[in-house]
Amino acid sequence: MSTELLTAETSTSALLTSETASGRSRRRPAGKPETTGGRVRLVIRHVVMYAAALVFMVPLIYAFFSALKPNGEMFSMPPTLIGSEIKWSNFAEVFEYGPFWTYIGNSLLVAVVGTLVVLIVSTTAGYAFGRLRWKGRDLVFVAFLATLMVPAEVLVIPMFQVMQWFQWVNTYQALILPFAFGAFGTFLMRQFFRGIPFELEEAARVDGAGPVRSFLQIILPLSKSAVAVLAVFTFLSFWNSYLWPLIVTVDYDTLGTLPIGLATFSGLTGTRWDLQMAAAIISMIPTTLLVIILQKHLVKGIAMAGLGGR
Amino acid sequence: MTAIPATRKRGSLARAEGRQALGFASPALVGLALFTIVPVVLSIVMSFFDWPTFGERTFNGGANYARLFANGEFAEALRNTLVFTILYVPVSIVLSLLLALGLGPRIRGRGALRVLYFIPVVTPMVANVLVWKMLLQPQGLFNGLAQTWFGIQLPNFLADPAWAMIMVVVMSVWQGLGYNMLIFSAALEQLPESVIEAARIDGARGLRMTWSIVVPMISPSIFFATIMTMITSLQVFVQPQLLTGGGPGTATQPLVMWIYNQGFKFQDLGLAAAGAWILFALIIIVTGVQFAAQKKWVHYEH
Repeated sequence: MSTELLTAETSTSALLTSETASGRSRRRPAGKPETTGGRVRLVIRHVVMYAAALVFMVPLIYAFFSALKPNGEMFSMPPTLIGSEIKWSNFAEVFEYGPFWTYIGNSLLVAVVGTLVVLIVSTTAGYAFGRLRWKGRDLVFVAFLATLMVPAEVLVIPMFQVMQWFQWVNTYQALILPFAFGAFGTFLMRQFFRGIPFELEEAARVDGAGPVRSFLQIILPLSKSAVAVLAVFTFLSFWNSYLWPLIVTVDYDTLGTLPIGLATFSGLTGTRWDLQMAAAIISMIPTTLLVIILQKHLVKGIAMAGLGGR
Repeated sequence: MTAIPATRKRGSLARAEGRQALGFASPALVGLALFTIVPVVLSIVMSFFDWPTFGERTFNGGANYARLFANGEFAEALRNTLVFTILYVPVSIVLSLLLALGLGPRIRGRGALRVLYFIPVVTPMVANVLVWKMLLQPQGLFNGLAQTWFGIQLPNFLADPAWAMIMVVVMSVWQGLGYNMLIFSAALEQLPESVIEAARIDGARGLRMTWSIVVPMISPSIFFATIMTMITSLQVFVQPQLLTGGGPGTATQPLVMWIYNQGFKFQDLGLAAAGAWILFALIIIVTGVQFAAQKKWVHYEH
């Protein structure tokens, strides 16, 4: 496994040099001129793809309109999309039932600080593994990669014990730090850094720049896209994390993150499906916006982070 | 990677670079030692102890592991995890591959469609599950439509053991579809135009082109996505936890939920740690088998 991963450098360097090479140019494949049959097939394909997308979206669309219904009409027969009145007040009422601003604030704090820690740790370590020469480097790196195999579920039990020893149970640092040092970010940055031509750095070295300056002034500025991809995926994984916050926090009213808050809220409000749907929609908004804003970079990001290419 | 200039002075320079590298790597190394190495070692130790959350810890040899296999609920959780994986992985991979192929470069607005499929991937799982829980209620949308349109009474999905598992799978497929779709889309966009063109000149088109040329060419991505999807589905937790609570009874309780309950409901951290190692072993075995089987169907270019 590790040897294949170690050679997965080509795709990152390709991304660095020709960021938008794919896509655009292939819009209209070269070939025979369009036949009528071909055009009909293309129309049918559009219909099928859009119909599939609509079916796929039904749960979210229905949830959104359900959030606007009076609670008594949630399960009316026959089902309706729009209730007898449109109650935007359901959204306001969510905030009266539970400390949702606290949940959102906590999630934001944990995700932002967590992402910063991951970025600092991963870029510095990625630089050491990818661009500096030292004894035992590759051996340490493979050992590093091996830890990727250990699933978080194996770690949470002993990690909870470690948190108890540190007296960190029910603290922000316990939400942020334990899963901020995973090897994945370092691996991603190392792969990307290795794709940057070494001549660039050699020239700076000749001019007397040390590794710190060349890291900050040459490597990092050239790696903005990779850093951005890592930042987004890290942010999302902190934002949506459920199992660890559930275990390591106790006082959900003050330290609960959004997923924990939402689950608690659902338990407390029981049959108030209108409020639960409103709360679900509220908690979906931030990340949905993030995806819409970043849509152009999604495929590229997945190709890099998921190593989808090779 | 690149040639080291022959004139480069070794010795003191190399040693300086070694020191600097240590400086760069130390945050990661310290963090990894503290938050990965220590817990892994501790987890092995714990699994051989009677280790309550509070109170006396005593070494009990392999008793935890013996208890696991004498425990019917653990065996059931193991079975549930495997059933979930066997149902979930093929459906998810096939559907997302079909979507990626369908959303080809000639589909207008495919960027927007991709975003739609990606939304449930990034929204909190808890919110997705709540939505499905509402839809699956006996009076929910699915049954409501079935009754109004066809006059059929659907089963009570979340109360029936078999249906509950199926619905956990359906909900998970819906949630995770967009991720694999994007992996495949990224791979498809990287296909060299020349090969497609050569195949077209040879007369390959339509389904045959897709099945015998495009799919083999992105088989490394399919392999990668299958492995990753398998690993995450062996770790399934949130969907059954919130959709069915593991129920009815324990019919949809997967391994991770069992581990969670042992450790944090029943305060038996030793037994939970032992269960977690069985999960780890399962992941290693399944991944190993996949890697061994890949020679049969994955085509690398070189």
